[in-house]
Amino acid sequence: SSHGAGGKATHTLIEAIFAPAFSNPLLDKMEDSAALTVGDARLAFTTDSYVVSPIFFPGGNIGDLAVNGTVNDLSVAGATPLYLSAGFILEEGFPVADLQRIVDSMAAAAAAAGVQIVTGDTKVVQRGKADGCYINTSGVGVREHSTDFGVDQVKPGDVVIVSGPIGDHGVTVMLARGELDIMSDITSDTAAVNGLVARLLAGTNGVRAMRDATRGGVATILNEVAKGANVAVVVNEAAVPVRTEVRGASELLGIDPLYVACEGRIVVIVAGDCADEALAAMRSHPLGEQAAVIGKVVDDPPGLVLLNTTFGGTRIVDLLVGDPLPRIC
Amino acid sequence: MSGRERRLVRVEGVVQGVGFRPFVYALANRLGVTGQVRNDSSGVLLDVEADPDTLARFIAAVRAQAPPLAVVEKVESTVADPVGWPAFAIVASQTQAQRNTLVSADSATCADCLAELDDPADRRYQYPFVNCTNCGPRFTIVKDVPYDRPFTTMAKFPICARCETEYHDPADRRFHAQPVCCPDCGPRLDLLDSAGQPLAGPSLPTAAEMLRAGAVLAIKGIGGYHLAVLATDEPAVATLRSRKHREDKPFAVMVATVDDAREWCSLDAAARKLLSGWRRPIVLCDRREGTALAKSVAPGNRQLGLMLAYTPLHHLLLRAVGGPIVLTSGNTSDEPIAYEDADALARLGTIADAFLTHDRPIHIRTDDSVARSVGGRPMMIRRSRGYVPEPLTLRPETPQPLLACGAEQKNTFCLAKGRHAFVSHHIGDLENYQTLRSYTEGIAHFGRLFDIEPAVVAHDLHPEYLSTKYAMELENVELVGVQHHHAHIASCLADNGESGPVIGVAFDGTGFGTDGTIWGGEFLLADLVGFTRVGRLAPVAMPGGAAAIKQPWRMAAAYLDAAGIDDFSVLSQRHEGDWSTVVTMARRGINAPLTSSAGRLLDAVAAIVGVREAINYEGQAAVELEQLADRTEKGHYRLAVLDGETLEVQGVDLVRAVADDVRAGVPGPVIAARVHNGLVDLVVRVCGQLRDRTGVDVVALSGGVFQNLLLVEGVVAGLGGAGFRVLTHSRVPPNDGGISFGQAAVAAARLSGRP
Ligand SMILES: [Fe+3]
Ligand SMILES: [Mg+2]
Ligand SMILES: [Zn+2]
Ligand SMILES: [Zn+2]
Repeated sequence: SSHGAGGKATHTLIEAIFAPAFSNPLLDKMEDSAALTVGDARLAFTTDSYVVSPIFFPGGNIGDLAVNGTVNDLSVAGATPLYLSAGFILEEGFPVADLQRIVDSMAAAAAAAGVQIVTGDTKVVQRGKADGCYINTSGVGVREHSTDFGVDQVKPGDVVIVSGPIGDHGVTVMLARGELDIMSDITSDTAAVNGLVARLLAGTNGVRAMRDATRGGVATILNEVAKGANVAVVVNEAAVPVRTEVRGASELLGIDPLYVACEGRIVVIVAGDCADEALAAMRSHPLGEQAAVIGKVVDDPPGLVLLNTTFGGTRIVDLLVGDPLPRIC
Repeated sequence: MSGRERRLVRVEGVVQGVGFRPFVYALANRLGVTGQVRNDSSGVLLDVEADPDTLARFIAAVRAQAPPLAVVEKVESTVADPVGWPAFAIVASQTQAQRNTLVSADSATCADCLAELDDPADRRYQYPFVNCTNCGPRFTIVKDVPYDRPFTTMAKFPICARCETEYHDPADRRFHAQPVCCPDCGPRLDLLDSAGQPLAGPSLPTAAEMLRAGAVLAIKGIGGYHLAVLATDEPAVATLRSRKHREDKPFAVMVATVDDAREWCSLDAAARKLLSGWRRPIVLCDRREGTALAKSVAPGNRQLGLMLAYTPLHHLLLRAVGGPIVLTSGNTSDEPIAYEDADALARLGTIADAFLTHDRPIHIRTDDSVARSVGGRPMMIRRSRGYVPEPLTLRPETPQPLLACGAEQKNTFCLAKGRHAFVSHHIGDLENYQTLRSYTEGIAHFGRLFDIEPAVVAHDLHPEYLSTKYAMELENVELVGVQHHHAHIASCLADNGESGPVIGVAFDGTGFGTDGTIWGGEFLLADLVGFTRVGRLAPVAMPGGAAAIKQPWRMAAAYLDAAGIDDFSVLSQRHEGDWSTVVTMARRGINAPLTSSAGRLLDAVAAIVGVREAINYEGQAAVELEQLADRTEKGHYRLAVLDGETLEVQGVDLVRAVADDVRAGVPGPVIAARVHNGLVDLVVRVCGQLRDRTGVDVVALSGGVFQNLLLVEGVVAGLGGAGFRVLTHSRVPPNDGGISFGQAAVAAARLSGRP
């Protein structure tokens, strides 16, 4: 179903059902994680559920994805991730060996990211009531930086940076379903970005907003920026880093890398005069070696993302309402 | 003054800016009628006195003898007490809150003005902006109503004494011609280099010399900038193609006279009439073989888009050049035509070697219209300059002011009030930002011009159309969703002034269906209010979604697989490595939406025949398949139709037959002809079955596929022979340019049928 594809349908569901029911000042900001103050402690708190299929794919599995995803949601809020919870919903009969592999890679991912999994839960449901294994992780981090990031900080004159080639994860997962006989070396980009973010924040004070480009890809993030800050985001198609293999597979599959999920890539909006130092800081980290400025923020037309194509045209990169269906004749 | 009667006469329609008041003035003086005439925001208001017989003759003549550009829709008169008008006078316009007046379309230079252009004794001799009450720019220069000079882009040219005399002289043919001007007071021609710097020498002769030498020129016209090269100069045409990033799509050619047109094409009476009429669309005509026309003007096309010069500037330029010129829209591929001077310089500077331009601003961009003659009757392909904003008629009329948002590509919108449907000029593909902006600005402009603030907004059902999203974001309006192919059929009904029920055959490329799949090979039992899908092409997967539209070989892969043919190596070997992946995508539904599109079936067949495996412009594969067809071949392929509540046409039968013939070495032109004949046979058969079921014996043909001459002429003949009455398009295009009018017709019918 299209609810959950990360496009406009998901937004509508959130706006229609969850936001009004749970409304409070922290939630209403609709950021990837909530910024809390408990006593003197400035915390960030987030949760995410993982239902990826297939569970194992080149470059990772649902376990490290669940750790990295939550670590990343905290990281892009400018927080240092500390503690995670892990909840499992297992389909009856799910192989113990597979579970072991998943848990091992979670432990490794947590160690790599420097976080601890401190609480957990497991439920087993009847065969057919779930698809193998689902994982929920929540995370708490501490906000050491005084800067407040957020889409509302974005201004005309800012630039848009991505931390590396886009689309690797989504294309890997599509190919890993094994239905297509495409031979490929593409692997998921799943990774914890807290080290990269720390390097970035140490190198510049110019960060306005950060997001990890997961569901809906870079296009969806940029639409959130454009709409949230009431600005235009203009992307230069030729500047968007996409691996040759990913581009080839995307063309064959008929999908647009701009809309494809990444699991270890961040989109950063920085003040225009800080672009060089931000880029240098990111490139000094292994996860940001191929970081690139892909566009800029301007004031007009507010709320839209535009793509300057290699042919000199200006295409609207819209938020998708549902599954992409062709609209050309 | 006994025996004299006074009447107040209101005239509605296209009656402003078309010489209506001078006509009335002359008529009144001839018949001895006194009183006055004025323009107001509802049209023209007459206050006249004479004896009753004369008044009756006068009022009859107002309708019957109106000037050429006028469209008199309504004449209403009421009796009043005589006041003893001593003479007849024209009084100045008044602005009113209510606006019901109609702005006329831009008109080609008239014969009288052309004669002046050629007369060395005339003060407008060779003046490239000569115009009069019967000709010249209209819609493209109007900023507001009423249509008076201060509300046009001519406001910046203070009128000289001689022009003003003509303007005020009721006996002059420039009486109240708003764009009236002369070399002393009017717009000036300029020749600039590609950086915008003036070039030495007289503008027009220098421009002509450059064209003759093979240069690419940007020329400012009525509705925007064109790009021009000498049409007989192959290197020049090829240069234009590469600079414009336009690979194969045919260019239009402008010639001076109908006789010149005959040199390049054979013309039937309808085509001649279309070509030489004051609206001057591009007319698609059968081209002659072995002419000196450059090959890359219209590669591999049996037809050529021809138009006659329609501004004084064109006439002068063509004479100076001495041959036909390619005249194509001033843009790079996919962008809207440039019409503002600074923007044109910026965008066309890398394409054009020089700019032949002038200082009369264009207020609203308007592309050339495109039409063709089908069976001796005009069919619009693109309705724009020369036609817009003339209203079309809605029956039933709409009880509430409404906006119809149109489709995504070849977009037009339509604003409607009462019986008037104002279908916009060609807007284009909304995904392009500049186009989207001209869409929203155009809607606002039409709203002001025609005083329409929509309470009801009709839109397509495709959730990703930017026109749909535009509708969804409007506030305080009632939304009416109209299924794409229902809108096609409704546009054909309304084009013919009918309301159904009909058997609607809607064949096109892509349209969102009520079941969430992509439709496009549909048989609908429809009236203006609603429809039932009574037949369709059996759905097949489009592997890669939009990629399957741009790469017809993917549709071939999906169709061949669906037909059970797994060894069609002629094609599959050329896509080795990708072919089996694409087949798997189709089988498993991986990014492979289902479609019943006739356009996609034609694409598949075109790829199998070897015509085209990837396209550079919309519909290219099907267009080239049509071009290939041997007109003398009468054989046809038979597509089975499965019975059921919804008849299901087996497109795979066509694919199988084509694949067999290809493997048997049957020549491509024969196969292409059998494909077309097969689809004709199919439509006639299915309509017969549906007539048996429903008793309906009227068929409406719509959708972009029915621009295909072979199909439309074959189907019309076949259905006619089977006793059907057949409705085809003439005033709005069968393609998505007609969708907004169809949406408006559906919304109006639904609203007026509401208790
Ligand atoms: Fe259509
Ligand atoms: Mg989250
Ligand atoms: Zn004239
Ligand atoms: Zn003058």
